[in-house]
Amino acid sequence: MTSSALALAGVLAAESGGDGFEAPSIAEFNPEPIAEFSLLGVDFAITRITLGLWFATLAMLVFMVMTVRRPQIVPGKLQFVGESGYSLVRDGIARDVVGPKGLPFAPFLASLFFFILANNFMAILPLAQISPMSKFAFPLVLAGICWLVYIYIGIREQGAGRYFKDILFLPGVPKPMYVLVTPIEILQNFVVRPFTLAVRLFANMFAGHMLLVVFSLGAVYLFSRDNFSFVFGPVSALMAIVMTFFELLVIFLQAYVFTVLMGTYLNGSIEAEH
Amino acid sequence: MSTLAAESGNPLLPPLGEIIIGLIAFAVVMLVFFRFIAPRFEQVFRARREAIEGGIERAEAMQAEARAALEQYRAQLAEARTEAAQIRDQARAEGQQILAELRAQAQEESARIVARGEEQLAANRQSVVNELRGQIGALAVDLAGRVVGESLEDDARRRGTVDRFLDQLDGMAPGAPGDGRTGSTVFVPGGDR
Repeated sequence: MTSSALALAGVLAAESGGDGFEAPSIAEFNPEPIAEFSLLGVDFAITRITLGLWFATLAMLVFMVMTVRRPQIVPGKLQFVGESGYSLVRDGIARDVVGPKGLPFAPFLASLFFFILANNFMAILPLAQISPMSKFAFPLVLAGICWLVYIYIGIREQGAGRYFKDILFLPGVPKPMYVLVTPIEILQNFVVRPFTLAVRLFANMFAGHMLLVVFSLGAVYLFSRDNFSFVFGPVSALMAIVMTFFELLVIFLQAYVFTVLMGTYLNGSIEAEH
Repeated sequence: MSTLAAESGNPLLPPLGEIIIGLIAFAVVMLVFFRFIAPRFEQVFRARREAIEGGIERAEAMQAEARAALEQYRAQLAEARTEAAQIRDQARAEGQQILAELRAQAQEESARIVARGEEQLAANRQSVVNELRGQIGALAVDLAGRVVGESLEDDARRRGTVDRFLDQLDGMAPGAPGDGRTGSTVFVPGGDR
């Protein structure tokens, strides 16, 4: 392993003088706009990523609508797939995580889950191969909506006074500790939660894309060299494939984690804290 | 804007346009989920639950019905049995009563028949006695006249008269044996006057 790393370093060093390996940069996430327009003073750009967003979103919606187009008591194959996915959110998160009052949130949580899942999937879909969720704007939008929703639900279910009082002065904590606990709780509930929600999803997709790009471009670069660096080309290509499978796991996991966390936040808003 | 973002290079400072696009996309998703997908799935789940619960309920109802019918049959059977026993007891009692009544009637009847026979016998006897009494009186007067009217000097005559009388007597009594002595003993009760 060390010897191969040294060899690779040697190759890179030998080539650094000429047209060396160009590592992918942040520019990867800002592709050239296909078209640009301005509406009410706001600039919009149609890029590969926004096209991917709409493709993923509409494809997911079309698929989900098709699964329930003709619902049967005994589901067909297609309906079974859609139903399993919806039940995972409805029963696994809305009912079991949010709690007994959670079922009305099933459509919202399912929207979150399937929207994130479909967009994450763009990360490994051939030709697209970049997830819209690796653009911070989209996770931020979702986290912002979640933030508004769980605060609104908390006020609606517990009353504004009760909700904010419980957050400011966590019940069951010795009075002097409020000096420490209250700032943490405020930060936790109103800043950290939405921020981590957005960043977790964004960073995972961002890093995943970077990994795939590095290994893919590395493989291409190493194959294109005429000295013995082609030996390392297959290793890099193999890593790109392995990381694609790993990405598949991350795609599902991040969609699920986002939704489950939102479920726990809703649970905290609905049920008075103990 | 995208060029501006590219220039800034900070991936954590997204352009406003992307945020708006994201909002619109998610709004579309929410709309479809709330308006179409979720209600359809809920409808399927409800239909399925009702189908299962309905099946169970129907089965339970049928079982309850069968149980009720069985109970009813059993009750009816028991009722019929007790009724039969009652009828049997009643019939037995009635039979005994009828038997006793018949026996009593028969005894009464036989007693009545016996009494009537005795009565009749007594009446017959009385009439015979009365008749005989009248005839004996007449005969006695007749005989006495004959005895007084005839000369009774010799024994032969006397004996002849008496014998004639007794012969007459015998000839009068129907079915009586020809023996003169027996005929005379019949008239012994006549001597009690």
